[in-house]
Formats: sequence, structure tokens, C-alpha cells
Amino acid sequence: MKLDCKHVWEHISGYLDQQLDPALLESVERHLESCEVCSAILDSTRNILVLTADDRTYELPVGYSERLHAKLEAVIAAGNQD
Amino acid sequence: MNAASQSEGALIQRVLAGESELFHELIRPYEKLVYVTILTMVRNEAEAEDGAQETMINAFRHLKAFRGEAKFSTWLVTIAMNEGRKRLRKVKVAAEDPLEELTEEKEGDFTPAVLTDWREIPVEALERKELRKKLREAVEVLPEKYREVFVLRDIEGLNQEETAAALGINVTLVKVRLHRARMMLQKHLVPYLKSEAPGRGGFFRRWFQ
Repeated sequence: MKLDCKHVWEHISGYLDQQLDPALLESVERHLESCEVCSAILDSTRNILVLTADDRTYELPVGYSERLHAKLEAVIAAGNQD
Repeated sequence: MNAASQSEGALIQRVLAGESELFHELIRPYEKLVYVTILTMVRNEAEAEDGAQETMINAFRHLKAFRGEAKFSTWLVTIAMNEGRKRLRKVKVAAEDPLEELTEEKEGDFTPAVLTDWREIPVEALERKELRKKLREAVEVLPEKYREVFVLRDIEGLNQEETAAALGINVTLVKVRLHRARMMLQKHLVPYLKSEAPGRGGFFRRWFQ
């Protein structure tokens, strides 16, 4: 199966999630071997996922956990008094 | 059922049986999940923190309603999203610098951005604080249905089935929306996120695959 660029773009997400069936995967990989444009799109999309998974992208405010548990403590204590 | 969810189930039973203090332990793994879910909706850290506290308090008060059919994390996400929506209705979020190509996205075709300059070293690019900020901003302005899926799948690491359950949609739709969300982000972020020389065995791909 020979794929053009547009078809490959449709499968970038599935490729990154390793969800393509073997035949499609082979076609996509064959295309990527020879297509710089699609390879670059794939790499940049993967970069975004790497960045998204970086703990520093979404950080909790300082003291967040302490404040949360203090608040819960108060609610639990009040509940137990009822 | 794995060991973790078994002990989680046991923890829930004990909280319900009166050991309320154990609720602290129960929610500890999900503190960030709940916060980020709300943050990406309300776009304000203080508001997200308040919302996260409310979510956990609500979860505590309504724990009896948790049936164990869904995962506990999914149930918490559902409560967090409701809390986020409630706050969105209340707080007028100033729409700053709307990203046209993101908000005007149609159901139909999309085209990823084609890169024209591959010289920048991506590992260095990923270290830039500014880039993480750009990503957060781009996520915030994704249309809601795409943002929800991206947040649950790629930020919070829920699997497809959990994401589908939390949003009340089917798995196919999760896949479609996730793909579009990623492509919209790619398109928006490409100016800040140039890739290395492409081709088989690219330096970056070896690092991160």
C-alpha cells in the first residue's frame, strides 16, 4: 500500500500511540523513510508529547498539597462532630 | 483488578465505614490530576486550587455514591470537570490573544504545519521555559471538546477507555479528537518547536522513541 502525505498525517497520532495495524504501520514507516516533510511533522508532534509529559509543564503551586489536606482535615473533623 | 485498585477499593470501604481520616491517603495520588483538569479550564491558578479543594471535599461528601463501576480516578475527573464548568460560568475568563487557527478549527480537514527549518536542536528547545508556557497557552485555547481529550489522555495519562468513560463518549471519538488536538497543537507550536534534520534514524527519534 502506497500512501501519500495527507494519508500519513491522518495516522500520526495512531503511530505515536502504537495503534496502527501491521500493514498500515509498514506503509507509514516506508513513507516516513523517504519523506522529510512527514518525518518532521511526526518529530515535532512527538516533541509536543514529550513536552506535555514533562513534570515542569504543569506544576502544582507551592504549598498546594498542604493547603488541600488542611482544608480536608477541617471538613472531616466537622463531619465527625455531627 | 490489579493490586493498586484493590487496595484503593479497600481504602474506599474503610473510609465509608467510618475511618474518614484515610480519605487523605485515598486522594493523594490524584492531587495533580484534579488541579490540572480544572486549571486547563479556568486558566487561573488560584481558581484552580480552590476548585481542586472543592472537588476533593465533594468527593468526600459523596463517596457513598461512588459505585466502583468506573475507576476512582475517572470519577474524580468527572467531579473536577463539573467544578471547572461551574467556575467558568461564574468567572468571566478574559480571552487574551485568541489563536485563530485553533478556534476556527472545523470538523473537516486539517493540515499540520510543515517545517521549513530543521536546524534548531530540539533537546535544547525542550528545555526552554518559554516553550512550556506556550504549550500551556495553546492547550488552553483548544476548543473544549479537543482540550478535554488532550488533557485526560496526554497530560494526565488516562487510557482511551478511561477517557471515554470520563467524557461520556466512545473510544473512536476519543481517538479522533486526540488526533485533532495534537495536530492543532503541532500547528500552533511549530514556530517554537523546530525539529532536527528529519529522516530515518533522526537523532531526536532515537532519544525519545
